[in-house]
Amino acid sequence: MGLVVGRSVLRSDGAAKAAGTARYVADLARPGMLHARTIRSAIPCGEVTRIRLDFDRAGFTIVDARDIPGRNVISLVADDQPCLADGVVRHVAEPVLLLAHEDRERLIEAEVRIEYRPGTAVLDPAASGRAFKTVSIAKGDLAAGFRRADFVVEGEYRTGHQEHLYIEPNGMLAVPENGGVTIIGSMQCPYYVHRALTALLGLAPDKVRVAQAETGGAFGGKEDYPSMIAGHAALVALKSGRPVKLVYDRAEDLLATTKRHPSVVRHRTGVTRDGRITAMDIEVLLDGGAYCTLSPVVLSRGCLHATGPYRCDHVRVTGRVVMTNSPPNGAFRGFGAPQTLFAAEVHVERIAETLGLDPVRVRAVNALRPGDTTATGQVLGEDTAALDVLRAAARRSGFARKRRAYRGTHRGIGLALFFHGAGFTGNGELHLQSKASLELTPRGARVLVSSTEMGQGQRTVHAQIVAEALGVPYEAVEVAVADTAVVPDSGPTVASRTTMIVGGLLRDCAVEMRRRLGRLSPAAYLRRHGPLVVTRQYAPPPNQEWDEDSYRGSAYGSYGWACDVIEVERDPVTEEIRPIRVTAAHEVGRALNPLAVRGQIEGGTAQGLGYALLEEVVLRGGAMANAQFTNYVVPTTLDIPPLDVLILEKPYAHGPFGAKGVGEMPIDGVAPAVVNAIRSLGVDLREIPATPERVMGAPEIGGLGRATDGSSAPGRSGRGQGTRGQGRGTGRRGWNPGASDAGAPKTRARSR
Amino acid sequence: MRTALSALTLLRPLSLRDALRMMRDDGPLTPLAGCTDVYVGLNLGTASDRRFIDLARLEALRGIAVRGGAIRIGALTTYSELLRSPLVRRRLPMLASAAGAIGAVQIQNRGTIGGNIANMSPAGDTLPVLAAADARVELRSVDRVRTVPFALYYTGYRRSVRRTDEIITAIEVPPVEGAQWFRKVGTHAAQSISKVVMAGVRAERPRIAFGSVAPTVVRARRTEDALAAGATIAEAREVLQLDISPIDDIRSTAAYRREVAARLLTQFWSSTAP
Ligand SMILES: Cc1cc2nc3c(=O)[nH]c(=O)nc-3n(C[C@H](O)[C@H](O)[C@H](O)COP(=O)(O)OP(=O)(O)OC[C@H]3O[C@@H](n4cnc5c(N)ncnc54)[C@H](O)[C@@H]3O)c2cc1C
Repeated sequence: MGLVVGRSVLRSDGAAKAAGTARYVADLARPGMLHARTIRSAIPCGEVTRIRLDFDRAGFTIVDARDIPGRNVISLVADDQPCLADGVVRHVAEPVLLLAHEDRERLIEAEVRIEYRPGTAVLDPAASGRAFKTVSIAKGDLAAGFRRADFVVEGEYRTGHQEHLYIEPNGMLAVPENGGVTIIGSMQCPYYVHRALTALLGLAPDKVRVAQAETGGAFGGKEDYPSMIAGHAALVALKSGRPVKLVYDRAEDLLATTKRHPSVVRHRTGVTRDGRITAMDIEVLLDGGAYCTLSPVVLSRGCLHATGPYRCDHVRVTGRVVMTNSPPNGAFRGFGAPQTLFAAEVHVERIAETLGLDPVRVRAVNALRPGDTTATGQVLGEDTAALDVLRAAARRSGFARKRRAYRGTHRGIGLALFFHGAGFTGNGELHLQSKASLELTPRGARVLVSSTEMGQGQRTVHAQIVAEALGVPYEAVEVAVADTAVVPDSGPTVASRTTMIVGGLLRDCAVEMRRRLGRLSPAAYLRRHGPLVVTRQYAPPPNQEWDEDSYRGSAYGSYGWACDVIEVERDPVTEEIRPIRVTAAHEVGRALNPLAVRGQIEGGTAQGLGYALLEEVVLRGGAMANAQFTNYVVPTTLDIPPLDVLILEKPYAHGPFGAKGVGEMPIDGVAPAVVNAIRSLGVDLREIPATPERVMGAPEIGGLGRATDGSSAPGRSGRGQGTRGQGRGTGRRGWNPGASDAGAPKTRARSR
Repeated sequence: MRTALSALTLLRPLSLRDALRMMRDDGPLTPLAGCTDVYVGLNLGTASDRRFIDLARLEALRGIAVRGGAIRIGALTTYSELLRSPLVRRRLPMLASAAGAIGAVQIQNRGTIGGNIANMSPAGDTLPVLAAADARVELRSVDRVRTVPFALYYTGYRRSVRRTDEIITAIEVPPVEGAQWFRKVGTHAAQSISKVVMAGVRAERPRIAFGSVAPTVVRARRTEDALAAGATIAEAREVLQLDISPIDDIRSTAAYRREVAARLLTQFWSSTAP
């Protein structure tokens, strides 16, 4: 343990948040401020033929696409998403018009009617003819791999949307000043907003200033959409010449902002009799929604995690993210990995079931080890910890013993082994050219980065890193507000990169600052030499090469490794699945603040339990039909079982004090562990959320048997008798795996 | 979009007499009790009501007492008060169970039994209890008091016999003979709306009621008849399917509700077996 690093110092943002004095955008006001409101499309696809404003317009500022001084796009990856629809709408809740008024009540009462000529909406991703991106990863010789297999196991796995449900809905304040605009709001990435606004408003970079307000959670949901809201607020501010506040309520936030991409992933895997994987053929399909947003990058990360943490010489992964007329999907903690790891880990479980092998053993045989290569040919370092976390979680949870003890009861136990690459994919970090600065203060130093605090502990951990490297107390390090007028561009606060990458730059700054100080105290240095600011820019570690065209090379600087064991209890009357215990073993390089790491693991696990069991976005005609807390069901504290968290450390040579990223990984493995626990009860489930309706409708796994309350409804006889293969491949809710789906042995599977 | 509040009117009577007069002369008015349903509608902007009357100060609508052998529960009685009442716990344990299954503590502190009835949601958790207990609803207007058997209170989906000038003042529950049983099947451990909810009384002639499986709370009369006539539980489960008419909605499916309703019936029957 260091003096500061490795200790659970108090979170610097904690007291103000606990006391209620932290100021969020909804708390901010400016003299003469207008409130703004977004008028949105009500249909998924069509032309706007007429807009009727049925109210007295006195005192209103009204903005449409014609008021945009620059380019009508939210500049990000593809620049395809308009800031305000210009005659055509492509999803429900697409912004069409902005209204603003000083009096919120007048604003709320204003009635706008939009008339349309509806087009034909594409809502099923499988039917979409347009891909935002395709990915193809190839390693070895697939046919040769399958020739070596004794069995081929196939399957299709599905995941649904997920809503971030940060506790603070989105909001922005725009102030026209200095011939440009200043934005203050809830966001993860001030420089993304900055870039989007210069394009939208046609302003020089120094005319746009973006500062983060206290942000109440984000989870990826405030990565891209805040640029849209800031754009809207800025347009009204520039047209009216007055400060403008635009804050969403929960229903609007749910209806309009991005969600996790739904997925369909197919696996075809060759395995030997003793459980060795010889070939993996994987197809990934993501529903991108109406605009590109970050979909290509989500797909990329999804595909790079699609094999799970397993070694295999012959691999093919192909991925597509397609356009549909549903609201655009975007960044969400895990960023494609939770979807593909769900498929991978349920599939590995099915391999174990097919072969009649122990699930821990099948994973141990195939787990990546130091020196192994990934699907992209990346050679893994000494910090590879798949086996360590697997063994730690299995031992700590008593997996083998409980697996036996629970047989024939309503309790089940399952596990998932997973990994998560920290930082931007491939050359992403290189292209970002992130900078971090450290300014000397009389007491210590002030951190200048564009990384944002959203509840995860960025300010605390960055201050810890600097304090340790500079040799000053934690309290002597301040962290500046992420304001583009003050801090350099350290890249976005996403991708589990804030500690590992930006924290690494800060450590380098602090080391250099310490060298410059020599024996002088900060105060003495400032007196003698004047101000000192040290800046560092990212350079990739040696031998980290990536070829974007062939998808070969080092996809990520480092990987975290984790294993979740989850125990569940099935209610025989209602088919509700209640998690009763989670054992989570996570290897994080080095836990700079163990309590914060624990917080990420516990929070990510809770969010994962929601994803696995409860959370379902019900889309009707392309609109979220359950856009309220009442019906979009997330876990409460009463739904979360005891969480036993084990933190393992295998330091990463290029992370600050050995740290890897930890923010996203905890959500990656929960859903497959839950579903595998349900599978241990004999329920052939391959889809989440595992609602009681879905559990009840799922077929049985042949041979495992399934206990029920002993009585069956008409037409459901045969339940609980372990009828082999009964109901296999039954289509339900559009899930029709067809003939190829059942675990088809190449030679005949042993009959069980 | 949230409802604009400046357009709303609120009347705040100090006595029941004043309140009833306002209901007659200044109506139509929407009564406010704990507001836990009303505010949801205002917040989502789905409520069409613009004129409200606050019942909070009407002491006549509070209190739990025994009157003429029946338990009389004031319409403003909150779930927390029901849970705390020894009388309710002793004589109507299924009502206490229902109260404890509603929302979570905050909602139990504010939500009222009168509001649960008057809100007319088929998923209201106390409603099957009141149906199975053969409760009566006391309605008052300026010029009369009437008592409506709970089974006759609802006339269809979100429709009831309450006239616009009437206030629900109390619920009367006659003595209940036999073992009482209640179970709610919601979406998760707290703050959840029922997918299926059932109350049952195991007596000579069993009384069984379900919520969330039809446009209104339903008494499963045919099932009761069958069980009273000595049908097996398997037969009763078949009969039950005729008593209920669930649908697919945002929270669940008709198939799930049918199956779970049947399983609840089984569970009730075996756990209350003499
Ligand atoms: C988070 C949350 C969780 C909830 N969970 C549950 C749950 O688990 N189970 C459940 O059943 N409900 C639940 N509800 C709904 C609600 O709390 C209950 O229906 C509650 O009983 C309503 O009572 P109230 O006093 O708050 O009614 P109010 O909101 O004040 O009124 C509801 C309706 O009844 C009318 N009304 C009220 N009192 C009278 C009266 N005396 N005479 C005539 N009309 C009257 C009102 O005009 C209005 O139409 C929940 C609500 C929320 C917000």
